[in-house]
Amino acid sequence: MPRLRLPALSPRWAPYVFVSPFLVLFAVFGVFPLLFSLVLAFHTWEPASGLESMTFVGLENFAFAIEDEWFWKSLGNTGWLALASGLPQHLVAIPLAVFIHRSIRRWRDVVLGAWFLPYITSTVAIAIMFSAMFSTDFGLINQALQALAQLPLIGGWFPADPVDWLGRPENIKPAIALIVFWRFVGFNVVLYLAALQSIPKDLYEAATLDGASPVRQFWHITLPNLRPMIVFATTLTVIGGLQLFEEPFILTGGRGGSDQAAMTTAMYLYRMAFEFNDFGAGSAMSWMLFGIVALLTWLTNRALDPRRRQGGGS
Amino acid sequence: MTSPESRSTRRAMLVSTAAAVVLPGVVPAWASTPLTLTVAAFPALDEIVKAALPTYAKTHPHVTVKVVSRQFTDHHSAMTTALSTSSQLPDVMALEVGYVGRFAQGGGLEDLSAKPYDAAQHRQTWVPYAVDQGSHEGRIVAVPSDIGPGTLLYRSDIVQQAGLKEADLTGSWESYVEAGKQLKARSNAYLLAHAREIKDIVIRTGVAPGEGLYFDSASRVLVDSPRFTRAFELARQVRQAGLDARIGAWSNEWTTAFRRGTLATQMTGAWLAGHLNNWLAPDTKGKWRAAGLPGGVAAAYGGSFLAIPRRADAARKAAAWDLIRLLTLDRGMQLAAFKSQDAFPALLAAHDDPFFAEPLPFLGGQPARTLWRDTARRITAVQVHRQDAFAEEVVNTELDKVLDQGKAVATALADAKRQVERRARR
Repeated sequence: MPRLRLPALSPRWAPYVFVSPFLVLFAVFGVFPLLFSLVLAFHTWEPASGLESMTFVGLENFAFAIEDEWFWKSLGNTGWLALASGLPQHLVAIPLAVFIHRSIRRWRDVVLGAWFLPYITSTVAIAIMFSAMFSTDFGLINQALQALAQLPLIGGWFPADPVDWLGRPENIKPAIALIVFWRFVGFNVVLYLAALQSIPKDLYEAATLDGASPVRQFWHITLPNLRPMIVFATTLTVIGGLQLFEEPFILTGGRGGSDQAAMTTAMYLYRMAFEFNDFGAGSAMSWMLFGIVALLTWLTNRALDPRRRQGGGS
Repeated sequence: MTSPESRSTRRAMLVSTAAAVVLPGVVPAWASTPLTLTVAAFPALDEIVKAALPTYAKTHPHVTVKVVSRQFTDHHSAMTTALSTSSQLPDVMALEVGYVGRFAQGGGLEDLSAKPYDAAQHRQTWVPYAVDQGSHEGRIVAVPSDIGPGTLLYRSDIVQQAGLKEADLTGSWESYVEAGKQLKARSNAYLLAHAREIKDIVIRTGVAPGEGLYFDSASRVLVDSPRFTRAFELARQVRQAGLDARIGAWSNEWTTAFRRGTLATQMTGAWLAGHLNNWLAPDTKGKWRAAGLPGGVAAAYGGSFLAIPRRADAARKAAAWDLIRLLTLDRGMQLAAFKSQDAFPALLAAHDDPFFAEPLPFLGGQPARTLWRDTARRITAVQVHRQDAFAEEVVNTELDKVLDQGKAVATALADAKRQVERRARR
């Protein structure tokens, strides 16, 4: 029986053929939606009547977004959440990474795995678990707070009545910031630990010989050497924080909570399209959000980049 | 002895066979060629459709029916996407009442009053308000499958302990709130779960014909009309007197409150009695009673519809319509769905079944279905507007500010009106 022979693949085309699965998928699920949303941002569209109902409206969607109270409110929420969940991540992750690096030898992988676990757990599972924990009457968090409130001396610091975490606008933002912080701090610890391991040991040895205290070593050796990683990790946090969606979406049932206090911009533009049927304005908002993310990423890099600092400063 | 179920199933088969015989102009094309119909539905409508398939297969042996079932929100997102791209459209689309107007305004749904469907001849067949909800600009775009007549469920034991009678709860909104104060003083039960629920009903009372809840027919915003002021003031009164438990429907707290008996009343659709009996609070069986909403208000809580997408494959539309007819015009099918899934029949012919007069053990033997049946006929439909979902949320947000932050009602409604007005023109 003759064997079926496939046409020969010339070396010239082989690489393209081999990467084509990715490129095709990326074109369909990456590039096309991106371009389509750019087109949509300049159109109005009544989705239920099909594609031909799109009409070009120029910059009207952008003008609408700029004047839209809820768009600004959602940007405010996003900024608040990004800052309140992002900054503590790094303030905790750096000392924690240093501690793990110095003090834990044998169980390091286990400890690191424990910290990293929230990052690889499904967001949906996390949000459902936390919504049970934040429950007003039966949640673990309120029960713990009430137990603490019974203690002598420090009891007065804790609320004696159950806190309505997810129902009151002033409580829901901290609750979500806490979840985001808990979820990503381990990821940052892993990043910083990797960077710490690449700092040459002789720097510390020399400093110890010169009589530098561990605190001085941290400020003058560890931190400067960590800077490239800080730039990288902060950039990831900024981008992730500004695109925050799943945690607030699930915890507030997709609506953003009372007074939309936890409605991030990513959530709002999704709701604009799918709930309020305004795909044009939703797309315009998504491109405006992209602009803001790009700008803030650039500013973060500029602020933390050592080369610029040396060139521009003092 | 024959059980009522098997009797009704047999009747269903008889009726539907009869229907198939007299159906005009549907026999030729597909009778020989095999077809696959896709039905997109959400629970429990998906189960209702599946239960009807054996009967449907008897008259349509060449048609295979595929039921695509998704959760409620996912289903409606998927339908939005399907309509917008005209791809993956189901042949029969289940819709919750809130989505009918939205999809109809975009022209995505087939006009079922036109030939060959001619649904208009059945207008008198279904509960009138449900037909109005399924109509858009005089055309029937979706056919009612089940309805949700509003009712006030209350714990008769708690109410009696507090020395109150049913009339104290239902007489008027004022007496309802007054009864709540008595309940608070003499028991540990709250009047209701959330003050917002009062607002939700009161804004539905006194809607002028041709007006919607939030917009009139010319898209003028009605958010500062007297019914909103009254609704906000009543809700504030309830909150200030501490009569609401401040919990949202379907939360863990809500379920637990039912189980522990800390909620004395719940304004809801009739279907909640079934949920309470089945899983929310089965142990409270016999303690609940059903009454009309306070002040004699007749309102609907939800309702499901069946529609045919305009862009669905024309070759399958006749078979799709036959399935919709079976589900919505067949007395036996409607009753079977009522018995198995608590789907209150939209078909008037189903309303004279003895099943309605049967006592409900969960409600202490009260034959509450007759009460709900009478409510259903008094409900009037309101016009829908494409920005209803947005307007509702703006109004809820302002109500939260009134309740939680003491914002003045007039200012809150003026703020809501301004926000909704910007959107109304889009």
